[in-house]
Amino acid sequence: MECAVDAQSLISISLMKIHNSRTQRGGIKLHKNLLVSYVLRNARQVYIKEKYAEIYRMQQYEEVMTVCNEIQELNPLDPEPEDAEEEDLEVAALSCCAPLQDGGGKEPETSFYRSCCMETPGSPCDPFAGNGSHCNKTTVLDLDTHVVTTVENRYLHQDCCCSAPQCAPVPDSPVRKRKGDFGCCASDLEEVSDFSASRKRVRREECTDPNYTDTSNISNLISIFGSGFSGLLSRQADLEQICSKQALASLGAWTRAIVAF
Amino acid sequence: MAGKIVFEGRKGIHLLFLVCVCVMWCFSQVKGAIDEDVAEADIISTVEFNYSGELLATGDKGGRVVIFQHEQESKNRPHLRGEYNVYSTFQSHEPEFDYLKSLEIEEKINKIRWLPQQNAAHFLLSTNDKTIKLWKISERDKRAEGYNLKDEDGRLRDPFRITSLRVPVLMPMDLMVEASPRRIFANAHTYHINSISVNSDHETYLSADDLRINLWHLEITDRSFNIVDIKPANMEELTEVITAAECHPHQCNVFVYSSSKGTIRLCDMRAAALCDRHSKFFEEPEDPSSRSFFSEIISSISDVKFSHSGRYMMTRDYLSVKVWDLNMENRPVETYQVHEYLRSKLCSLYENDCIFDKFECCWNGSDSAIMTGSYNNFFRMFDRNTRRDITLEASRESSKPRATLKPRKVSTGGKRKKDEISVDSLDFNKKILHTAWHPKENVIAVAATNNLYIFQDKIN
Repeated sequence: MECAVDAQSLISISLMKIHNSRTQRGGIKLHKNLLVSYVLRNARQVYIKEKYAEIYRMQQYEEVMTVCNEIQELNPLDPEPEDAEEEDLEVAALSCCAPLQDGGGKEPETSFYRSCCMETPGSPCDPFAGNGSHCNKTTVLDLDTHVVTTVENRYLHQDCCCSAPQCAPVPDSPVRKRKGDFGCCASDLEEVSDFSASRKRVRREECTDPNYTDTSNISNLISIFGSGFSGLLSRQADLEQICSKQALASLGAWTRAIVAF
Repeated sequence: MAGKIVFEGRKGIHLLFLVCVCVMWCFSQVKGAIDEDVAEADIISTVEFNYSGELLATGDKGGRVVIFQHEQESKNRPHLRGEYNVYSTFQSHEPEFDYLKSLEIEEKINKIRWLPQQNAAHFLLSTNDKTIKLWKISERDKRAEGYNLKDEDGRLRDPFRITSLRVPVLMPMDLMVEASPRRIFANAHTYHINSISVNSDHETYLSADDLRINLWHLEITDRSFNIVDIKPANMEELTEVITAAECHPHQCNVFVYSSSKGTIRLCDMRAAALCDRHSKFFEEPEDPSSRSFFSEIISSISDVKFSHSGRYMMTRDYLSVKVWDLNMENRPVETYQVHEYLRSKLCSLYENDCIFDKFECCWNGSDSAIMTGSYNNFFRMFDRNTRRDITLEASRESSKPRATLKPRKVSTGGKRKKDEISVDSLDFNKKILHTAWHPKENVIAVAATNNLYIFQDKIN
């Protein structure tokens, strides 16, 4: 009766359930799928927390100290020039979602972005803060150590809702840049997808391997939900606020696809 | 020992039915195939006694309704209450296809509710996911004979052959029970109907789906009033659904509905036409120490039932049954653990979908005991006065006539005592989701997959 209670397997199991529900007799059961999406959200939160804790542990202590020193010197309102890497979208995530979203066009995606953009990133802990038009970097403030880290494109997901016209840039949020080297993290995170700066560059590829248990697909699917680093937040209230809003926003696309029937 | 005890309480002399653990429950009957291979269509999906307890209705996944009638006690065997025998069987719902959404609509009967009897015929409401039907079940024990225009076998007679006129006479015939659909209430629910409940005014009833509750008049099929709508403007913001709803047994303006978040809302239809704003809100704060991946699932309420008195209501979530006093909203007055040993197995139960099982619960006639089902064909009874509980099993092995049911126990610790069953040995395919308690007597009906067990107390 034992089963793996780790977040990753729960995520894949949950996604399979949602996928299977589409072919069940009697139509999609809204109640069951809602409950499954809650498990998905919970597992995702834990997964992201674990993932980030892993990244965090990999950093050298000296790098941490370096950043601390740099924080003193930085002008918080100085925006960084956009480091536009025109990377192609790594669409394993999207394509894995394709059957779940009825193979539809961009509409379901944009609903992700739209819903993500609905949030008011008021807290300095907001992972999207300071990104404005810089959606290829993620800046995070760790409230425990007051360390700021900026992660480049390819290593961790960043929703590019910020580039969407309806997403207002956040001038108040501090933008801090870490000048360190993230090379050590590359090997662990290169499988994680990212979105290019422009929505127009979103391309879909055919999903050839709907194997949800594949690690990279799982990571990509996690990134789809655009959670950022909400797991980091030490303040419970902020966590609740952001996680719940994000969770619900990301849930939305699933229920939307479900309700389409 | 079973029987009646008379004692003097604060409010005078009460007649108290000793029930539950003091009652020795014994096997009475079992209905259904013995075959190990269970046809999906035969799986019982709802069980309901009528107001007098004379009739017992079951619905199954194949859309059929079977009604059993309580036979009179025979003089030859006075130690037995009468048995329940098949009274009527009919096909209530057929599978349908929604062409617009390319969806099949299951014929499974989700709920049956009886109407109070007003004349010789019996009426019940049965519903599947989308359509509610009012059925009239009537007896015919006379037949007209001696028609002028047709023969006894129904063939039309040649008009030129008719030379005289006679009055047809009613002759007795073998009892025939007919079921006919009198009303069909369709096209009012976008989502899956989970509950129907007849109002105490005997004129209206409510039907609830995942997001809406509608109020119907029994005579009017082409329209209904929407009284609750929790569908958000943006479906992406959906956080909870309606899981069950019931009318108050005496106050025709009051009803309750439960949600997937473990909350219950009581609404008063006099307050507003649309009862989106509740009059009372019942919620027990979550224990943060018991938080898990599955907290939301196990707090979802699968059934809500008013007590016969109308003063209490009972809710069933995955692991427990709670009794609420309608006058106290912040916590239940009683909580009973049904199968707490499953808390550590939630992950497996999620994998095999058992965690989504919707157990029902029921009160006994005097509201002194409650009953609900579990796995391994176990069902549990809780005596509210003595706080004692018992676990019984519905199995063919203990199905000898008048055999007393032996209490069962699940061993939770390391050491398994004799006669105990370990958690890992439980059969999760044998689940008792539907049970019903006779409104006046200690007779219970327990649906175990495709079999219906009837148990009663031992009469000395």
